[in-house]
Amino acid sequence: MPSYRAPLRDMRFQLEEVLGIESLRNLPGFADAGGDLVAAVLGESAKIAEEVLLPLNQSGDREGCRFADGVVTTPAGFRAAFRTFAEGGWIGLSGDPDYGAQGLPYVLATAVSEMMISANMAFSTYPGLIAGAIEAISRHGSAAQKRTYLPRLFKGEWGGTMNLTEPHCGTDLGLLRTRAEPRADGSYAITGTKIFISAGEHDLTDNIIHLVLARIAGAPAGTRGISLFIVPKYLVNGDGTLGARNGVACGSIEHKMGLRASATCVMNYEDATGFLIGEANRGMRAMFTMMNAARIGVGLQGLALSEIAYQNAAAYARERRQGRALTGPAFPDQPADPIIVHPDVRRMLMTMRAFTEGGRALLLRTALAIDLAHKDADAEARRDAEDYAALLTPVVKATLTDLGFESVNLGLQCFGGAGYIRETGMEQFVRDARITQIYEGTSGIQALDLVGRKLPAHTGRYLRQFFHPLDRFLQDEMANPALKEFVSPLARAFARLQQVTAWIGEEGLKDPEQAGAAAADYLRLFGLVALGHAWAGMAKVAAERLASGTAEAPFYTAKLATARFFMAKMLPDTAALQARITAGAAPVMALAAEAF
Amino acid sequence: MKILVTVKRVVDANVKIRVKPDQTGVDLANVKMAINPFCEVAVEGAVRQREAGRATEVVAVSAGPASCQETLRTAMAIGADRAILVKTDVELQPLAVAKLLKAVAERERPMVVLLGKQAIDDDSNATGQMLAALLGWPQGTFISKLEFGDGVVTVQREIDGGLQTLSLTLPAVLTTDLRLNEPRYASLPNIMKAKRKPIEELTPEALGVDVTPRLKLIEMREPPARPVGQKVASVAELVARLRDEAKVI
Repeated sequence: MPSYRAPLRDMRFQLEEVLGIESLRNLPGFADAGGDLVAAVLGESAKIAEEVLLPLNQSGDREGCRFADGVVTTPAGFRAAFRTFAEGGWIGLSGDPDYGAQGLPYVLATAVSEMMISANMAFSTYPGLIAGAIEAISRHGSAAQKRTYLPRLFKGEWGGTMNLTEPHCGTDLGLLRTRAEPRADGSYAITGTKIFISAGEHDLTDNIIHLVLARIAGAPAGTRGISLFIVPKYLVNGDGTLGARNGVACGSIEHKMGLRASATCVMNYEDATGFLIGEANRGMRAMFTMMNAARIGVGLQGLALSEIAYQNAAAYARERRQGRALTGPAFPDQPADPIIVHPDVRRMLMTMRAFTEGGRALLLRTALAIDLAHKDADAEARRDAEDYAALLTPVVKATLTDLGFESVNLGLQCFGGAGYIRETGMEQFVRDARITQIYEGTSGIQALDLVGRKLPAHTGRYLRQFFHPLDRFLQDEMANPALKEFVSPLARAFARLQQVTAWIGEEGLKDPEQAGAAAADYLRLFGLVALGHAWAGMAKVAAERLASGTAEAPFYTAKLATARFFMAKMLPDTAALQARITAGAAPVMALAAEAF
Repeated sequence: MKILVTVKRVVDANVKIRVKPDQTGVDLANVKMAINPFCEVAVEGAVRQREAGRATEVVAVSAGPASCQETLRTAMAIGADRAILVKTDVELQPLAVAKLLKAVAERERPMVVLLGKQAIDDDSNATGQMLAALLGWPQGTFISKLEFGDGVVTVQREIDGGLQTLSLTLPAVLTTDLRLNEPRYASLPNIMKAKRKPIEELTPEALGVDVTPRLKLIEMREPPARPVGQKVASVAELVARLRDEAKVI
């Protein structure tokens, strides 16, 4: 069975030393997040991840969810684990204290989520979906809706879901058919079928609050006629007790490649009572405000699986004895050397490590931007942070899931044949990670979002929030001899990013297929530069700590070595990506559709 | 009824410890520290008594450097109401700790002092017994069950021969075994509340206790590495070697 130790030292390095959340004490929720509390929160959630959730990961995958007569049963142990998690108040970590949550920073909640996902990604989807429902109701619900639903969701007494996809429409929600007929009492009768609904039905909570996209009778076609509704599994009485069963039922669950302990449901709505949330016909807008957090959350899954795969691959490489080091026996008294002596095994481990730690830095930086976008006292700073988060969301989602999948795959590779055997647990990480590149918008959709929406938005305003700080960093540190080896390659990669951005701006304007063909490569190039920026920032802190003397020299020395690996072995991919992008759409589109 | 519960900050049980190169002790630089697991059981036991309405207040006490505050916060996140830190950078030995606890007990006047039976760093298993002697209170050590009656406490002790049940007159000193309970995970709201609970700081001087070490550590060594296993040709050889070389039969 795989083991897992929460990377608490690296998390504190990122939160306290790189992001400096202590310096943000004036923001709501951050005053509490002093060093002691961060350590206590991370430490206690690490215990739950390691001791409660990890032991259920492999068993949950083998057992899967069961479906019979409209009822979904989660794997053995999930109910008790969910109670431990919910009663511990962890769902409400960053929620609104007015409704019983703790109001701590989202960036801290993100670090806690990483541990839960590493230990048991399937389990984490249940509280994850509750967080989605909380986000929707907090942002768009009426005061009465907040009072009715938020406290129970924060306590984990009730579950939550997001119902977007229908059998004939996934990415293209404008096609959706689920109907909402207005009733005299102000509620709506919801009828239609939703598919791929995570946590749509399960046995972990007394009630489930579905958030459903539907079209009100007579509303315009396309995305401009879609509204968002709250549809509880059990209707809620005025006094908060549960009333009649609503007209919503689970029709079946999917049999999936991975994430098997997370119930993926077909949900049938038949004259179900729904309550409009937000304005009529503005459902897509409401959904999109949640989408940023959800997409960053999926990026986090790629990163979190990479972390546990790395830990186990590294441990195995140090133990497994096969063959001899190329330079002669490293352990002459043993029949063979551990495989970690081999440069190719090191290459795999360093790639995983550089991705995981760099990805964590990038992701937590983005999560902090979401905090600032909500909480900064200065309106301009709020807008800048929101621009940054909007720009980086597709980059984080696709880069961390695509590279995250590659990383867990390398982890399996380190195990050789044993990795292909269920027992080691490595193949589960590969199967579980695969969905992250697909749901909440495929990597291809993220690339289109970046190129088609985020780059041109407000005549390039979003882009400035990434380009300007990076440019300033490079200017400031160009002359710093301690950082030259990091700044120079980053400056070269950044120049490539600027060049291809201009190229896409020009060529894409003439022919949208040029932008479409370049989008995925462009997003990857962007992602590598963003990871490079994160690594250079970490290298700066590590170099300063080492220069001023530290008892933790091995930690900071390893940071610098990993930063060097990233700059030398991963960032150069930007050159190939630039060549691919500027080769244009013609090679991609040359064959007629009939030729395939 | 007030319960005084003691907590010690030790190296985390999951850390593989290393002896310092100069063999003067365990290397504690940048090692993850945690509450001693036996102390955690004691805190849980005390908090359960308060939750059941038998205790009115649970006070956690620790002695050591400022970093012990973090351990006291852990105890308060489990449910202790307030905390006392006897702050000192002097290396504390069991007798010094027992004397400090006696002084604190005389100030706080608890009905019970609840301690872990030992700490996983030096496994001395001495402080509770010394404290009972210094206070002149009855002691129940290695307890795996406790039940309060009128002015008495009945405890079940884990002893070599099995289980022993004792009835002690209060006030008493109790030390816990691991089987007394399974400590809870601290909830997030309680972790946050713990941040706001008070920690009173005292010093050995203020308590009038001399904590100067009286025992001298001469040398600390890693246990010898286990030699490589050997194959024997026959059962007879195995028996002979167990008898003549290993001298175990």
